[in-house]
Formats: sequence, structure tokens, C-alpha cells
Amino acid sequence: MRSAAEIAAVCEEIVLDVGLSCVLRHRAESGKKAIGFLPIYAPREVVEAAGMLSVGVLGGGDQIEIIRGDAYFQSYICQLPRSVIEMGLSGKLDALDGMLFPAICDVIRNLSGMWQLLFPNKYVRYIDVPHNHDWEVGGKFYVHDLRELGRGLAGVSGVTPSDDRLREAIALHNENRRLLRALYDLRARAPHLVPTAEAYVVVRAGYQLPVEEHSAIVREYLEAARVSGRAPLDQSRVVLVGSFCEQPPLGLLKTLERAGCYIVDDDLVLGARFLRGDVDETGDPWEALARAYIAHGSHTSSRYVAGEQKGEYLIDLCKKRKAEGVVFCAPSFCDPALLEQPMLQTALEAANVQHTSFRYSENTAQFQAIHEQAGTFSDSIRLWSEDQ
Amino acid sequence: MSEQRSRSEAKTDAATEVEVPKEPSMLLQKELISGHFDKLAEAHERGQKVVYTFVPGNLTELLLAFDVLPVLPEINALQAGMRKKSGAYITEAEKLGHSEDVCSYVKCDIGMARTGLGPTGKKMPPPDMLLLSYTGCFTFMKWFELLKQEFPNAEVAMLHVPYQGDGIVTAEMRDYVVKQLRTEIVPKLEKLTGKKLDEDKLKGLLERSARAEEDLVWVLESGKHHPSPIDGYFGGVFYIGPIFTAFRGTEEGEHYYKVLREEVAGRIARKEGPITPLGPLNDQRYRIVVEGPPNWTSFREFWEMFAVEGAVCVASTYTKVGGLYDFGFRHDPTRPFETLSDYCLGCYTNLNLPSRTGMIAKYVKDYQADGFIVHSVKSCNSFSAGQLLMLREIEKRTGVPGGFIESDLVDPRYFSAANVKNRLESYFQMIEQRRRGGVGAASEVSP
Repeated sequence: MRSAAEIAAVCEEIVLDVGLSCVLRHRAESGKKAIGFLPIYAPREVVEAAGMLSVGVLGGGDQIEIIRGDAYFQSYICQLPRSVIEMGLSGKLDALDGMLFPAICDVIRNLSGMWQLLFPNKYVRYIDVPHNHDWEVGGKFYVHDLRELGRGLAGVSGVTPSDDRLREAIALHNENRRLLRALYDLRARAPHLVPTAEAYVVVRAGYQLPVEEHSAIVREYLEAARVSGRAPLDQSRVVLVGSFCEQPPLGLLKTLERAGCYIVDDDLVLGARFLRGDVDETGDPWEALARAYIAHGSHTSSRYVAGEQKGEYLIDLCKKRKAEGVVFCAPSFCDPALLEQPMLQTALEAANVQHTSFRYSENTAQFQAIHEQAGTFSDSIRLWSEDQ
Repeated sequence: MSEQRSRSEAKTDAATEVEVPKEPSMLLQKELISGHFDKLAEAHERGQKVVYTFVPGNLTELLLAFDVLPVLPEINALQAGMRKKSGAYITEAEKLGHSEDVCSYVKCDIGMARTGLGPTGKKMPPPDMLLLSYTGCFTFMKWFELLKQEFPNAEVAMLHVPYQGDGIVTAEMRDYVVKQLRTEIVPKLEKLTGKKLDEDKLKGLLERSARAEEDLVWVLESGKHHPSPIDGYFGGVFYIGPIFTAFRGTEEGEHYYKVLREEVAGRIARKEGPITPLGPLNDQRYRIVVEGPPNWTSFREFWEMFAVEGAVCVASTYTKVGGLYDFGFRHDPTRPFETLSDYCLGCYTNLNLPSRTGMIAKYVKDYQADGFIVHSVKSCNSFSAGQLLMLREIEKRTGVPGGFIESDLVDPRYFSAANVKNRLESYFQMIEQRRRGGVGAASEVSP
């Protein structure tokens, strides 16, 4: 049996491989084509029902040097689209036959048009998830959009995503979602057993693997983590917010933990856990996906929820996870995260939950200042909070 | 003042801020807009409801059918910018925790909301409803969520307008918007006002909109003349003011566009150019298409940088953010909900990048432009993300050189006059060199 650290090391290798060799290998072995998707959430089940691999594209992180990407974006645009363009132009995304761009912000939206201009022979689709959650209005619009996506993908693969194939994909992803929920629950109960740097790569590796293969890895990691024998440390319990799109470098996550923060929940790689409940495996699977999006979609800044009390979900999450504070960790120039942040901070202050904030980019290399800030935040919780 | 002014005279004027006569339509426009702010100041005292909404995808006719007054927060922000008030409001919002990275319109509006005043210094009533028309800009959504925090008693209505990701409007997209109008927007307006929608009144408003739109298009397309009788960017901002704000569908709005059309027709007959801050621009050396919104904090200075070079903006994309009419769309009173839906779906920033690129390339050809300039603003990713690629594509398709300048909407910290001026001068020099067959001419591609 492999140790948790060994499993995480394998996952880390997959995550850091921006050349997608893992995807290339699966393509070669299975003969399947592959479709990429940008953050946050894309209905991967439809891609897989159309007989293709679905591959999450989260940017080049600190693994690639941006040479061409910077020539496509002004200095005030976030880092992720630069590295995605860099990867596209340098052939690192050649394994992908198409790309899905979910509605999340204006930059990702416009990136869909850039892809159309730069790669006219690739399949490109903008996924316009509904902000109206009335089933007869937004729900039915989204069902139609999902079916259109299915037709478009069938044109790429030659495989029609039948209802049965879609139900099968939904069942596989339900299993994967249950395992990821178990992983997050374990980390919240015993964060010393599941360091976030490990949990993160274990989750993110699923963006490059067939879902069954990934589920097997998560299952193995859960078993290994439970018996890892790691000792608990006197650290603060925090929730990390704002990292749902451009991902922080792994070093930053390690820095936070080394600085005394146990991350007991987060919105990293949020797309993998976007649906917080199972998708119905009976009935019309297209409608089931749409209903799940409306009923179980995550609370995040790019999703409009009518009547939502801003920050309520975050306060509930802090209670559920017994978190003592919130770390706002958003990419520079991230409109959704940074526009949301003041509203969440106001709500946290009203609920007497401590918070701190800083920004990063996916290729941030210096963590000293963040280490000091997070360390001070953790100390302030442990040493001087009212509960002490 | 002489109409045929030399560039050196104009440069002197730019430095000394000589007052030049304004076009009559500009005065009328100013009167309309300031009159609207006056009406707003007393709206609640009169028992009139106030609805905040956005320029792209605004449902002015529907609001007016309910006798409510629209407030456009972007207009408030840009008016504050033009009055040099936005910097202080932005600083106030940043003190409240808003990031320096995000849209300056939003921060200006939040800072201004705390004062209870509008940009003219008169009282700005709090919203009775926040009508969030999610058209072509993600930030709108967050903006209204933030305003909801400022005005917790305001009702919120959300109209989700799907993006033209594939460059088309499908029947399902239209149907989705129509359903929202019928099931979400109209019922909430009926509840707010205690009135049932009067469809005949709405149709009457839409009829007037279509007539005004006809005149507006005629005016905007007059930029195809030589010399151009209008500045389709800086002057265009004034031309679109009434129809993009509270006057679409109104008698005053319709009248304004008649007056404007007559004024422009007169200039065409006399072969005159538009009046710029430096006076009439008859000697037009460069015909330019502009992409992107203007800078508001240094609007006059920015315009002067063009005028002093003899550059006239013959067409622009910014004048299409509140409605894209020059490709045939007009509000159709016979199908009120569908036409409102088509209007929202067709606004400029709701178009995908290939459509925007094709549109600008068409402008360059149709308006016989010597070049095009992208003014990229830090605040607006909806406009800005992808503009560098658009620039290359348009150059490739038209053979006409593109220029790129950067600043912001209403954050004065991001308008570097020296840099912008330097870039513009270099750009115009480059066009001049190409005309003479110098550097760059060899690489010209035939359209």
C-alpha cells in the first residue's frame, strides 16, 4: 500500500505537467479525443458521454515562462489567460480538440473569442450557465444549452451523447463527488492527516485523468491518510476563499500551513466540487444536470443567487468546519473575487469572524511576506481571540 | 475664430483653453441630461419611483411605461469623472476595502452613494428597485450586489441576457429573455408601482424609439462623408447621451435627434467638420475609427490630442454599447417583449470577439478610415480583454495600421497625458510616413 505522501507525489507530478502527457497517454491508449475546460464549472459528464476525455485547464502556474502570452493582454489583466494563451500557442494544449469556456468573468468570456480567432479549427463553446434559477425559465434554457453542447461535441467525436451514456457518466461523477466530499470532510475533522498541499494535488489531478481512475486514487489516498499516523499541531483552523479560478502556486499553500494555518475548507479547484450534491441518475439526465446546477451549485462570486444574503454561506461554512478565521486569497485583478470580498468581509465582521487578505498570481515566487502575514493571523487567533 | 485653423494655432489654443462655441445639439443634450438629474432630485417628493439600471440592455421604454425614473450608475460615474469628482469617491471606496484592481465606475459609484448626492451636486434618491440587466458585463452583477448592501430596502430584479458566444442570437436566447421580462421584470415593476403594464403605452414609447434610432443612425453614418461632419467618438458621446439614458421613447428624445440630424445635414451641405474643443475641424488629416470607451477625467484634453493633429473619429464602438442600431436593428412596437429582448442581446459588449473584430474592420472600410485606435481602459475587462488580438486581426484584414493607448474610465491616476499624447503623435506620424511610402508602407496589405 502506498503512503498518502507517495500518492500525493504522483498527483503532484500530474498537476505540474503542463504538457498534458497524462492526457496524451490516455488519448493514445483509448483512441479518444479530449476537450479542455476553463474554470470554474463545466458539465464534464456531457463531454464524457460524447466519448471524449474532459480536461481541466487551470493555467501554467509557475511551470512555464510567459513569452507570447504577455503580448495578448494588458498589464491589468490577471495571469491565468496569459499562461493559457502561452500554452495554446506553444503547442502544450495540442492534446485538446476543443475548449469550453464557462461563464465566470469577462476575461474568460473574451478568451473564448480569442480562442475562436486563434484556433479556428478547434471546437470552442461558451457555457452560459443561467443566473435565473426559475426552472421554467433559466432551468429550461440551461437544458437546451446542455443539449446544444452535446450536439456540438458529437460533431467532434462522432459519438452521440445518448441518455444512457450520459447517465453512466453522471453515476461515475457522482461517485467522484462523494469521494471528494469525504476527502474534504476528513481534512476538516483531522487536518493534520490531510495537509492541504496534498489534498489540493489529489483533487486537481482529476482534471487530467479519466474519472474512474481519479476516483480510485482519491479512495486510495483517503485510506492512506487515515492511517498515516501524522501528529496534530497547534494550528489555527481557517477557510481559504477567492482561489476558485487562477490557482495559487503550491508553495503558497505550503507556506500557509507552515505559518500555522490549517486550511479546513477552500474554493481551490472548485469545479471538481461545484455540485455539492448528487445528480439524479434516473429520469432525463440533461434535466438532472440542470436541476443539480440550480439546486446544488456552489456559492461563489461569479454565480448569482437571487435573494442571497451575502456571506451567509461563508459563515455557515465556518461553523460547519469549526473554522476560526477566513483567509481571502485572491488572484490580482480577479474581478469576481475582489468585488465580492468587501461584502464577505462585512458579513464576517458582523458575525465576529476574523479575516485577513492578500493577493497572488499563479507564478508568485516569493512567499515571505505571506508567511509573516498568515503567521501573525494564526497567532492572533490562537493567542488573542475571545475564545482563548 | 477662423474655421480653417493651422495646427500650430490649434496647439496654442490647446494650451490656453480657449472657449469655442458648442454645437446647438450639445446645448440641448446638456439641458436634457441636467433636467433629468433635477427631476431625480425631487422624484420621491413627487411620489415617483426610481429604478437604478445599466446603459447596456437598459429597458427605458418599459420603465417609462410604468412612470418610473431610471438612474444609470455608469452615467453618474462618468459625469462625476468629467466634473473631476471621481478621484475622491474612488479613494473613499478604497478606504472601505474595495481593491485598487477593480472597476473605477463601481468604486466611484459606491463612494458617491455614501454622500447621497449625484454628480451634479443635487440629491440622488436611493433606488426603489435595482434592475440588474446583466448585459455584456460581468461586473454589473457585482456592482448591483454591492449597491444592495448600500440600499438594503431596494427590491432587486435580475435580467440575465445570454452572451453571443457563437456570434448569433438564437430563438432560445430570445425566448429566455422574453420569459424573464414576463415572469420577473414586469411583475416586480407592477408590484413596485401598483400599476398593471399598459402595453399600448409601451408600444407608443417603442414607436418613438424607432424614429429616434433612425435619426441617430443617419447621424452616425454621416461620418462616411468627406469631410466628416461629426466626430463619431468624442462628439458621438454627446449624440448617444439621450438615447442611451432616460430619453429613449420620449418626445424630448425624438426631438433631440431631429435637431441633431438637421444640424449635421447643414454641416454636410456646407462641407464643415464637427466642432471640437479647438473649434471646427474642417481640415481633417486623419480619419480614425476608435474602439473602447473614452477617458472621462481628462475628456477634453483627450479630445484635443486628436483635434490638434487634425484627426477626426469617423466611427466608434463605444457609441454602440447602449444599442447597436447601424446594422439594422430598430425597436419594433408590434412585438414589444421580443424587441426589448433583441435590443439587450445585441448591445456591443454582448458580441463575441470575432463579431467585434469584424465590425471594426467593416467600419474601417466603410468609413474609409486611415487607421484605428484602441483605447484600452483598465476598468473594463469586458471591453479590454482581447483587444490586442483584435488589433492584430483588424490590421491583417484591412491593411490599415492600428494604434494602442491605455488609461481608465474615471480613475484620474491612470490617465498619463504625456504618455497618451506621445503615443498618439507617434501613431499619426506613422500614418503620415505610410502615405509617403516610407516605413511601414511596404507591409501594407490590400483590403
